[in-house]
Amino acid sequence: MTSIIPIESLRMKPRPDPANAPTIDIRETLFELEAAGELIVHRVPEPYVEVMTKYGRTKRIPEQMTWHHKSCGQCGHIPGYSTSIFWLNRKLGFDYVDPTDQTSCTAWNYYASATSNAAAQAGVAMRNFAAAHEVGYYPLIHCGTSYGHYKEVREEIVHHADLRAQVRDIMGKLGKELVMPEEIVHYSEWVHAMRHRFAELQVYDLSNVTASVHPACHYYKLVQEDAIYDPDLYGGERTATVSALVEALGATVGDYSTFFDCCGFGFRHILVERDFSRSFATMRKIEVIKEEANPDVVLTHDTGCVTTLDKSQFAAQAHQRNVGIPVMSDAQFAALAMGAHPYKVCQLHWHTTDYTALLEKMGIDWEKAWIEFEMDVARIERGEIEYLSWEDAGV
Amino acid sequence: MAAAAPVTTFATAGGATLSPDHYVDVAYEEKLRLWDEVKADPRFPDYLYGCYECGICVAACPSAKFYNFSPRKIAQAAAREDVELIFEQMNDDVWNCSQCFSCNRCPRQNSPGGLITILREVAVNNGLASSKAALEGYTRIVYKIMTTGTQVSPDMLQADAFPDWGPGVMEVSDNLELWRKALPPETLHTTSMSWQVDDKTLTELYLIWHYTGVMDLIAEVDEGLHMIILDVMEETLEEAGFEI
Repeated sequence: MTSIIPIESLRMKPRPDPANAPTIDIRETLFELEAAGELIVHRVPEPYVEVMTKYGRTKRIPEQMTWHHKSCGQCGHIPGYSTSIFWLNRKLGFDYVDPTDQTSCTAWNYYASATSNAAAQAGVAMRNFAAAHEVGYYPLIHCGTSYGHYKEVREEIVHHADLRAQVRDIMGKLGKELVMPEEIVHYSEWVHAMRHRFAELQVYDLSNVTASVHPACHYYKLVQEDAIYDPDLYGGERTATVSALVEALGATVGDYSTFFDCCGFGFRHILVERDFSRSFATMRKIEVIKEEANPDVVLTHDTGCVTTLDKSQFAAQAHQRNVGIPVMSDAQFAALAMGAHPYKVCQLHWHTTDYTALLEKMGIDWEKAWIEFEMDVARIERGEIEYLSWEDAGV
Repeated sequence: MAAAAPVTTFATAGGATLSPDHYVDVAYEEKLRLWDEVKADPRFPDYLYGCYECGICVAACPSAKFYNFSPRKIAQAAAREDVELIFEQMNDDVWNCSQCFSCNRCPRQNSPGGLITILREVAVNNGLASSKAALEGYTRIVYKIMTTGTQVSPDMLQADAFPDWGPGVMEVSDNLELWRKALPPETLHTTSMSWQVDDKTLTELYLIWHYTGVMDLIAEVDEGLHMIILDVMEETLEEAGFEI
C-alpha cells in the first residue's frame, strides 16, 4: 500500500469498544419491538460470518439462503455487475433466490427528485423485506443507495411509532406482515466475508496488479455505524470493504488523497445535469487517482460509482485530461480473478473505459474471450438457443 | 439622471435567470407556512442539532466545489429559522445538492443533506416553480420508476441521450435485444425495465403510491405525467380487483 495518508494512521489500533459507541444498537430495539408484537425480526440464517463494524459491534453476514435485492443501475446499464454477484454465489455452490417479486427501493428517484415521502419509501422497503421473509431467504442488497436508504428507513420505523403504524396498516392491506431484517446487509459485505474463500478458488496471479478503491458514500456515510471497519486496515480509519478483498486476492491497494470524496453521481445530476458529474468524477477522483497511485483499475461497490467513474472518462479524454483507468465492481474483479468469463459473466462490453490492458496484465486472453462471446450471441441470433445459460457461463 | 446599477443575476438549477430580490413578491406568511411544513416533518429534529460553523460539511461537499452552494448555510439558516433565506434556498440551492451525505460528517451530527431532502419534498409538495424547473427533463424517470418498479431501463441507453458516454452507448443500443439475451440470469432478459417484476408486485407498488399520497404529489409536479401514470396504474389495479 502506498502511503499518501500519514503512516501513523495505518498502524494497527485496538478494536473500538462497542460500549463507548455514540449510537444505540438498533438491533436491540428491534427485538424489543418484536417482543411487544410490533413487528417481526427476520433472523440472519446460519451459517453466517461475523465482521466488525465502525464502533466495534459485530455484524452477522449470511453465507447463503440469500434473497437478491437487485439494483436498477446495475441490472439496467452494467449488467455484468449483478451477473458477477450471482456467479460468485454459484461458484461457491450457495443457495439463493433471484426474485421477480422485488421492486427497486426507489431511492435513486427519491434522492433525485423528492417525488415521494417517508411513508411511501418505508412502504416500498417493508414490502420487499416481507417478500423475502415469505420465502425464507434473507435480503442481500446489491445497491449501495438501497442499503443506505433502507438503514434510514429502519431508523425511522424504529423511532417513529406513527410511521410504523401507518406502514403496518399498508402492509396489512397488501396481505403482508411488518418484517425487518436483523441486519441490513450489502452484497459487498458478503464479498468481504467470502474473500478468503474466493482467494482459494483464484486462478490468476494478481501480484502485479494495483487497484485503487472508491468507497460508496451511501455505504458508509448514511447510518455509518453499520459499515465494516478493520483495525488492521487503514488503522480502522476507513471502511475496510473492497480494500480487504484487494489484499486477499494478492493485489496491491493504490492509495490516494481524495478517498473520502464522492464520485459525482448526484442522483439528479447523472441524468439531467451531467456536466457536474463528469467534472467531479474526473477532476476530483480519476485524475487524482491516476496521478497519485496510477493503478490498473479502480474498484468500487455501488451502481452509481461504477457508472459515473467509468462513463465520465470518455468526454474527459476528448479534452486531453489525465484519465483512462478502467472501473468495475469488487464482484466483477473477484469473479475475473476466479476465472469468470469477461464477457459472458462480467459483461465488460457494457463498460466504457478501456479495460483490455488490465485483462492482459491479469493473464486473461480477452480477444479469444470476445470471439467466444460473439459465437454465443450468434447462436442466439440463429435461434439455436433462446438465452445464454449459466451452464454456458461455466457454473 | 444617473444610470441604474446593473442587476446581478444568477442561474437556478433549472436554468432560469433570476435577480437576488426575486422573492420579494412572495408574502412572508407563505414563506413561514412552508418553513412550518419543513419543521413538522418527523425527521427534522434528527437532522439539526445546531452548528459550530466549522465548515467540515462544506469541505466534504462535492456540490460546494462546483456550485455556489453551501451545506453550512443550509444548516445555519435552519438553526436561525431565517424564513426569508430558507425560502430562497428552497428555490435556488437545494437542487444543487448531490445527496451523497458527505455532510453527515458534521461533529454536531447535523445532516444538511437530510434537511435538503425535506426542503425538496416541501418544495415539490407545494408545486414551487423552481422545483418544476429543476425536474424538467426528469419526468420520464419518474414515470419509469413509478410504473415499472425499476429506475432505469436498458432501452434508455440511446446515443442521443448519452452523447458524452462515447460510441459504446450506440453499440449497446444496436445490440440491445441480443445482448440482454446473452445474460445468464433469467430476470435480466428485459429491455424496458431493469429486471423482470411480476404483475402482483407492481399492483402492490401502485397501492403503496396511492395509500401514501404520492399520486397527489405527482399531480403537483406535472399534471400530464400524473394522468399518464394514473392510466397505467388504473388498468393494472382494475385487473387485480382494486378500485382507487
